[in-house]
Amino acid sequence: MTFKTRLLAVAAVGVALALPLAAEAHRGWLLPAFTTLSGDGSWVTVDAAISNELFYPDHRPMRTEGVQVLGPDGAADKIQNASTGQYRSTFDVQLTKPGTYKIFTASNSVMASWTENGEVKRFRGSAEDFAKQVPAGAADLKTIRMANRNETFVTRDKPSAGALAPTGKGLELVPVTNPTDVVAAEPATFKFVLDGKPAADLEVTFIPGGARWRASPGEVKVKTGADGAVKFTLPEAGMYWVNATVRSGETGRGPGGPGMGGPGGPGGAPQGPVQPLAGNGQSASYTAVIEAQRP
Amino acid sequence: MKRSISLLTFAGAAVAGAPALAADLNVTVEIPKLTVAEYHKPYVAIWIENPADSTAAGTLAVWYDAGNKEDHGAKWLKDMRQWWRKAGREMTFPADGISGATRAPGPQKLVFAGSKGALKALKPGQYNLVVEAAREVGGHEAVRVPFSWGKPGKPASAKGAAELGAVTVSVK
Repeated sequence: MTFKTRLLAVAAVGVALALPLAAEAHRGWLLPAFTTLSGDGSWVTVDAAISNELFYPDHRPMRTEGVQVLGPDGAADKIQNASTGQYRSTFDVQLTKPGTYKIFTASNSVMASWTENGEVKRFRGSAEDFAKQVPAGAADLKTIRMANRNETFVTRDKPSAGALAPTGKGLELVPVTNPTDVVAAEPATFKFVLDGKPAADLEVTFIPGGARWRASPGEVKVKTGADGAVKFTLPEAGMYWVNATVRSGETGRGPGGPGMGGPGGPGGAPQGPVQPLAGNGQSASYTAVIEAQRP
Repeated sequence: MKRSISLLTFAGAAVAGAPALAADLNVTVEIPKLTVAEYHKPYVAIWIENPADSTAAGTLAVWYDAGNKEDHGAKWLKDMRQWWRKAGREMTFPADGISGATRAPGPQKLVFAGSKGALKALKPGQYNLVVEAAREVGGHEAVRVPFSWGKPGKPASAKGAAELGAVTVSVK
């Protein structure tokens, strides 16, 4: 890992850590101009922002460094022409192959505390660094694992599933209905998995865009069954923001919470003795932007 | 007597796995003349729908700008959205016997031979003929006309509200 990519990785984790702490109303989104395209000359342009109203960039741009693309064959592809403005970023993806592309950000981070030589130690950073920096079998080890995923999907020609295989980390959408094949007023089915296992009894919220011209948010809330599957019908055509969150155990908020230490461990401003985490916990969030097509 | 003959014909068709009917599908599509500042001739897909489950049973014609130098017209095929979702995206363009140039306003008389293309394999039964139009900087409309494949029938027609005029279908 070069110094630069390392910095970017730290920055990405920083953003990921900061997101759940920001006001809940701040919603991150990757908004493609089209989700269905035809022909081998296809490109799609995508806006990326963190906003209150959907889908108006009114708060902060989403950084593009952490944006990844998976092509229809499941291989990594790239974003092009990225630029970041005051309120939003934009970039393009060239759809060189037929099938479904996944455009996303994903982070897996860990907060931990343990005892070493009678002293409380703290760690906060990526799951990879956690494995490297926190001694295996550390005494009094407590961890809070956080996974955040934010996605959108674009299909050129015929939809495909190659880009949509779950990684087994955090909360993920497994398509039953291809996410670019959702049609207004027609039932569709998604499945959710947490660390690769069915996410049962999970509340999934669909919020339509165009909030500025509606008096009420018009959100649709549904719950997954024992198999993690949820059947839903979106009433109107348009773009929807999809969100689901799982929290269990400690959240790391409050005393001894994430205010302690900076990314990668101690090094933050001195603020009294280092406090251990109160216990283990997990938080995982899944966000996506999908289109309900006009019938 | 006549009835039993047609029943026999059907039985024969079922055994052969394809209808022996050599009837043609006559379709008239009226492209309306629109008084708009920027007019482009519509892209049109003419396809057959199974009324029971709304799936596509075949594509008869697609009128688009295949000669476009930049994208060969394929970029806008998706705008005939119902056809694209149910049939078009499975196909390769240009498609032999299906691709055609866009057409000017006025009645367009078409004859689809029962011995060719999608009709050749179409089993006798009830279907909708769907004419779906999408116009650049204009609207989108699909008009459905039911028809019975397997025996000659009276013409049936339906009328569009904006992007399409009358559509008339008859099996002859």
